Amino acid sequence: MGLMQEMSQRALDLGVPMSVHFDITYRCNERCVHCYLDHDDHGEMTTAEIKRVLDELADAGTFFLTFSGGEVLMRRDFFELLEYARRLMFNVRIKTNAVMIGEAEARRMVKLGVDQVQVSIYSHRHEVHDAITKLPGSLRRSVQAIRFLTQQGLRVTIANVLMTANMRDHAGVQALARELGVQYTLDPTITPKMDGDTSILNLRIPGPELNGVFHNESLVGNVEEFCAGPPPADEDVMEGYPCSAGHTLAYISPYGDVFPCVQFPLPSGNVRRQKFLDIWNHSSELNEVRSIRAKDLPVCSTCSHVGTCTRCPGLAYMEGHMRGPSTADCEKSFHRTGIRSANMLRLDGDGSIPSGPLIRIQPLTA
Amino acid sequence: MNEQYIAKSSAIASRLLGGEMMIMSAADSTFFTLNPVATVIWQAADGLTPLSEIVVRHVCTEFEVDPEIAHRDVERFVEELSGHGILLVSERPFADSATRSKEAAWA
Repeated sequence: MGLMQEMSQRALDLGVPMSVHFDITYRCNERCVHCYLDHDDHGEMTTAEIKRVLDELADAGTFFLTFSGGEVLMRRDFFELLEYARRLMFNVRIKTNAVMIGEAEARRMVKLGVDQVQVSIYSHRHEVHDAITKLPGSLRRSVQAIRFLTQQGLRVTIANVLMTANMRDHAGVQALARELGVQYTLDPTITPKMDGDTSILNLRIPGPELNGVFHNESLVGNVEEFCAGPPPADEDVMEGYPCSAGHTLAYISPYGDVFPCVQFPLPSGNVRRQKFLDIWNHSSELNEVRSIRAKDLPVCSTCSHVGTCTRCPGLAYMEGHMRGPSTADCEKSFHRTGIRSANMLRLDGDGSIPSGPLIRIQPLTA
Repeated sequence: MNEQYIAKSSAIASRLLGGEMMIMSAADSTFFTLNPVATVIWQAADGLTPLSEIVVRHVCTEFEVDPEIAHRDVERFVEELSGHGILLVSERPFADSATRSKEAAWA
């Protein structure tokens, strides 16, 4: 076990929120066609409120802090918050479209000791990227910003979300990443909007394309290994947790709402009304998430993929039940291995689709 | 031998987890963990307290270690961490820590 895995296990054993994803704004200068957020400002936390939350996160033991949005640089106080976070000795990562990063901003990020910056790039072709972001000139500006960041010595990763509009462009974006000397990561996940609107799910890439992605050596490495059938699940698998959401990871919205993960919109408390650590330790929602083992999943525990599936409990929650299957991940397991999931076989049997609302959001208690 | 002063670099991230300090260098993302003795020294590294005083006051007292052995071990520890650039060493006290950090990294 590596040193980092050892510390992650210790954080899990001690119940420490080692990583926090903090969206400091939902405002954005782009209007990406697949975005799940409402970009209007409904009362973001103030500078002072965010600083107080950062103090609480440091006290709670959080080490990895991701500032994201919306676009983080839409906040005029972004660098003040960044400096404050670094004074509290967080390892800070930034997710951004980078359009507003010039040479001065890049220099400042380096001086403040930012660990890494992730920049969203959808295509190497201007007409495709700019059509997705709906901001003319955005690819040119984002790429220029990546050059500024790397010239200053910052580690940069290009995040390439795949959807129907850009599903054939990953090789071009990979080549762009190589040319820029930065890391590349691909994500074929499109999630419903936070208000439950599922129309953007039409943008998900179709199965055959997903199959192509999973069998592309330049994207997944050893294809044979990556696409191997699942081994039989043992007791460790059945007693295991689905992911780190709510265990060592938390998400905080610009309005102070606490969720288990950015992709798991289960309201668990609000830092404007309670201290973060009280929410983390005592929220009934987070404690319920933590209580779930693989063996407790009615459908997935019977599935051959249970030990290797990327099942996202947040996507399952948005489909109706946090203990249920996430059909997007069923699709991934199927197109990766060619083996149908228990959920797919179940639906093959009765020909129906899961009933119930796609998203359930419980109101916060006062 | 001249007195030494030690201070934490501002280009790192650190957090205490279960009594051990996690440290990550912003320069190259190297990840370190310190055992409880090293953690105590790290926490006392304010740039103003002489290293010899840190050894006597924190290491020898809290861990009941012989001063001579403690000094030797601490010197090795300081050399290793300073080699990675995460601990700064000087023969003079550093300026006020907060000021130093601000001047060094955030000006």
